[in-house]
Amino acid sequence: MNSLGQSIIELLLLGFLLTAVVGLVASWIVRKVSAKVQYRVGPPFMQPFYDVIKLLGKEQTIPEEANGFVFCLAPLVALSSVILLSTMLLRIALQKEGYFAGDVIVVLYLLAMPSLALILGASASASPHASIGSAREMKLLISYELPLLLAFTIVLIKASGQIEQSQLLSLAALSGLKPIMSISGCLAFLVSILCIQAKLGLVPFDVAEAETELAGGVIIEYSGPLLAMWTLEHAMLLVALPVFVVELFLGGFDSIILGIIKYVVVVVLLILIKNTNPRMRIDQIMKFFWYYCSPILIIALVLAVVGNFLGIGWL
Amino acid sequence: MSFWMKYGLKKSPWVFHVNTGACNNCDIEIVDCLTPRFDVERLGVKLVGSPRHADALLVTGAVTAQAKPRLQEAYRQAAKPCVVFAIGACACDSGIFMPGYHMVGPVDKVIKEIDPNAIIAYVPGCPPKPEAMISGIVAALKAI
Repeated sequence: MNSLGQSIIELLLLGFLLTAVVGLVASWIVRKVSAKVQYRVGPPFMQPFYDVIKLLGKEQTIPEEANGFVFCLAPLVALSSVILLSTMLLRIALQKEGYFAGDVIVVLYLLAMPSLALILGASASASPHASIGSAREMKLLISYELPLLLAFTIVLIKASGQIEQSQLLSLAALSGLKPIMSISGCLAFLVSILCIQAKLGLVPFDVAEAETELAGGVIIEYSGPLLAMWTLEHAMLLVALPVFVVELFLGGFDSIILGIIKYVVVVVLLILIKNTNPRMRIDQIMKFFWYYCSPILIIALVLAVVGNFLGIGWL
Repeated sequence: MSFWMKYGLKKSPWVFHVNTGACNNCDIEIVDCLTPRFDVERLGVKLVGSPRHADALLVTGAVTAQAKPRLQEAYRQAAKPCVVFAIGACACDSGIFMPGYHMVGPVDKVIKEIDPNAIIAYVPGCPPKPEAMISGIVAALKAI
């Protein structure tokens, strides 16, 4: 009972409240920096909070022809999986020793959940724009999942010599290492930054939402509280995904301040990529991830295996 | 409306742009509001692509017979509370196109046919200046 109560408190405080607040602040930073790049003033600090408050008070519309159950369930599933994900990641960031919150495979599955929920919700909303958006989201998922898994495999190979076999899949143990200090780890880090850019739906890979052509795409039919849930989920992913990359590649939160600096560096990288690239077409994205990112990672994989075999750390 | 609903609406009005037969001049001026010179995002205003997300419909142009059912549908689909802005002389009172055979009336008449209690704000001008639109948005939000 005691541990159950503790888990619930952790889920609510760490997973939901802290992540939501940090995520909304991060989404303000994204908007503000984008505005500065375009010589604009940009929104005030509290803007993402205002947006969520307003959306919570708006009318909830459900399209007549939509499958109401799936339509309403999808944002709930997405939000709850992100809460679970960020609880695990932040718990590991705060306390490493003696804590086991599921392995990296669980994290990888939880990472796929929001995209799947988005596809389901969009398909259930009976809108042609949303169906195009969900088709694109599916293709996007297929494109970036392969390089992401390859990058993750490289981390495991780099780690295999350094931590004991039984701890190999534990994220807490993995977060103590710094695979970025090698050639293969560095390549894997760069590609996984691009992958989480695609997962977040930020600009070169925002084909699924595509404001200018699909008018919101996957979330076009959502309004009111359900749209607030999508906004919140998106903001929380802005915490969870960079923290995941920091823990996997950059050595995690060895001290809180250093960890926050690493997190900010990853977020700034994402914003820079967002503001210096135009949107790509979905076929270009698939080509980019399959023909360029994946072969690079396969070379990195070979390097990592050779390095491991010969005992060369920097390979 | 509760305090928080009004507060949220004032702080982040998302607008959806409907053209019901305008000459494109008002539309260009609306896009002007988003440029670095005026930057309405600092007031929380965001141009959204779907009426489902919108808190305000920016309607430009006198309503033609073809556009009338579309405008009504867009208003019906918008999540309430939703303010309708009649932007420009044509949208406010049909302007010089009033006697046209294909005109079914100004925006407020068309909207009030389906929702007599709709909140409608008028920003006259041909085209209205971006400053006028911003002050119109602020005035309408104060009136809520």
